[in-house]
Amino acid sequence: MQAIRTNEAGLRRDEWLERLKLFGLGSPAILLILIILVIPVGWLFYVSFIGADGTFSLENYERMLRRKSYARIFQTTFEVSFLTTGLCILIGYPLAYFISGLPNRIANLCLITVLLPFWTSLLVRTYAWLVLLQKRGLVNEWAMSLGLWDEPIKMVHNMTGTLIGMVHIMLPFLILPVYGAMRAIDRDLMKAASNLGASPRHAFWTVFFPLTLPGLFAGSLMVFILCLGFFVTPAVLGGGKVIMVSMKIVSNIELFVNWGAASALGVVLLVSTVAILWIASRFLNLEKMTGGGH
Amino acid sequence: MTSRNSEALPISIRNVTKTYGAVHALNDVSLEVESGEFLTLLGPSGSGKTTLLMVLAGFTRPDCGSLKFGDREVIRTPPHLRDVGMTFQSYALFPHMTVAGNVGYPLKLRKVSKPDIAARVEGALDTVQLGGFGDRRIDQLSGGQRQRVAVARAIVFEPRILLMDEPLSALDKKLRDQMQIELRHLHEKLGMTTVYVTHDQREALTMSDRIAVVNHGRIMQLATPRDLYERPANRFVADFIGESTFLPVSRQGQTILFDGQPLLHDVPAPDTDNLSLMVRPERVVLSREGPREGANNFAATATDVVYQGDSYLLHAALASGGQIVLRGAMRGANASSLPSVGDALTLCLAPEDTVLIDGSER
Repeated sequence: MQAIRTNEAGLRRDEWLERLKLFGLGSPAILLILIILVIPVGWLFYVSFIGADGTFSLENYERMLRRKSYARIFQTTFEVSFLTTGLCILIGYPLAYFISGLPNRIANLCLITVLLPFWTSLLVRTYAWLVLLQKRGLVNEWAMSLGLWDEPIKMVHNMTGTLIGMVHIMLPFLILPVYGAMRAIDRDLMKAASNLGASPRHAFWTVFFPLTLPGLFAGSLMVFILCLGFFVTPAVLGGGKVIMVSMKIVSNIELFVNWGAASALGVVLLVSTVAILWIASRFLNLEKMTGGGH
Repeated sequence: MTSRNSEALPISIRNVTKTYGAVHALNDVSLEVESGEFLTLLGPSGSGKTTLLMVLAGFTRPDCGSLKFGDREVIRTPPHLRDVGMTFQSYALFPHMTVAGNVGYPLKLRKVSKPDIAARVEGALDTVQLGGFGDRRIDQLSGGQRQRVAVARAIVFEPRILLMDEPLSALDKKLRDQMQIELRHLHEKLGMTTVYVTHDQREALTMSDRIAVVNHGRIMQLATPRDLYERPANRFVADFIGESTFLPVSRQGQTILFDGQPLLHDVPAPDTDNLSLMVRPERVVLSREGPREGANNFAATATDVVYQGDSYLLHAALASGGQIVLRGAMRGANASSLPSVGDALTLCLAPEDTVLIDGSER
């Protein structure tokens, strides 16, 4: 028996139209991404394979392998990124833990203070550190007048200064996701752990901490990746002694007008960032770790 | 798991008070829970029943009072040293652990050897009919299964006291009814002293050895389910447990009068001037042959008749003023014809069903 299929064609057409409309809404963004992301990155790849004589060559990559200075630059970049991420975790995690335990209103106030630095320009904040930390800066003057140390300590134009500035700028990127993960934890879980015989410390390490790992991981990854390509802060506070990949890219263009070499550095940075993301997502199955999330 | 090597412990709560600002969450509460007893704290939300349970578990620090598990004073003992099992309303299962990880958690803390943990976890899961579920993740379980895991985790370390905070409130009705019976059987099998919190009066009546009705941070009445239902201590308890209507009565010497007529009642009236007649809907009888000898008869007019399948509900206005609700079985004459709105009726209450209570709210 033939079933009656009233309005079938019309209904199918409606569904198709709806999808088309949705795609229409997304098309400006898709176009934008194509123009400002896909095409330039493709061009970047292309340029990196063009030698000084204008033909295809691997010389830009060869140079990176040949010269020791490049190895050192990459080493410094990863070192600064690792240290900044580590320090952000050490400072940010306890702070997020503290804020997450506060009553809602006070916690929100604290979060605003955490976000406050975002409202001032990166450059201003970096130069502020320069003023504070320099040889005759506020920190040295106060510390010496309080008798904490006798000679001014060198805190800028080196690794220390770079790290201080970077940690300050990166901290909110770590605190926010970690705080979010902490707020999402059902506080009954801690009660349950305690009721089952876990001391507060044990309950923290066996229940609370594992459940914040996805947030901590997301925050750390974000900080680390942002650090890899960071320019302003290490350039100002490193004083030429901390040379990261981004700074080498700038000098390749401004000093040597070598677009090929600069592009190759950019490609390596991009590829290593993607590789880190890929490895991270492979090794840490976040879904499983949190029981599928909520 | 089934072999019990520890005896249940009695709980002694004395003069426990907890205030939040000006609010008395617990107002000088004293309660003795016998060893092995299934005691339910029953009350509306905000009555203080959960606060009392949290005091027992050690999560709420009272202002003053004494709490003993057996002979041991525990009022200042932190929760992790109290050694009581507990289930939470939200189940509070650890989402990053498997079922076996959850159930084995308290054993690991107690330094039980690995093979012993595996055996006892499986035993506990068998007890709650979840044998073989050890490797499942928590998010793969249904609500009822999560509830069972929570129970298994609370009993696996053989605590001598078990606290349950509205454990069935998140389940649908059919499952809840089934779990009530299961928890009851579990209690009979394991015999641990159990304090159970619920706001569901039927659940309390079904499960408990005794029920403590809590309101405004006080215990209104502590009694067996039957006594609580049949002989409520005051109007709050009568109102909270079961459905009832109340009629004002007066006292003249030894006689209790309703609308000028003496009432026949088997149970003596409480010694107070503020008396009410408690009328349970299922105890009222619709008399189709007029007033009955040896019963209290009320002339009434039907104001509402509701068919409910297995029974019917009849609201009736008394000639003397006041309302009575009657629940009747759908059989005999009722099955073929229910009274209609506006009918003049005679309602009867046998002397043994005529219960006079203290009409005060507390």
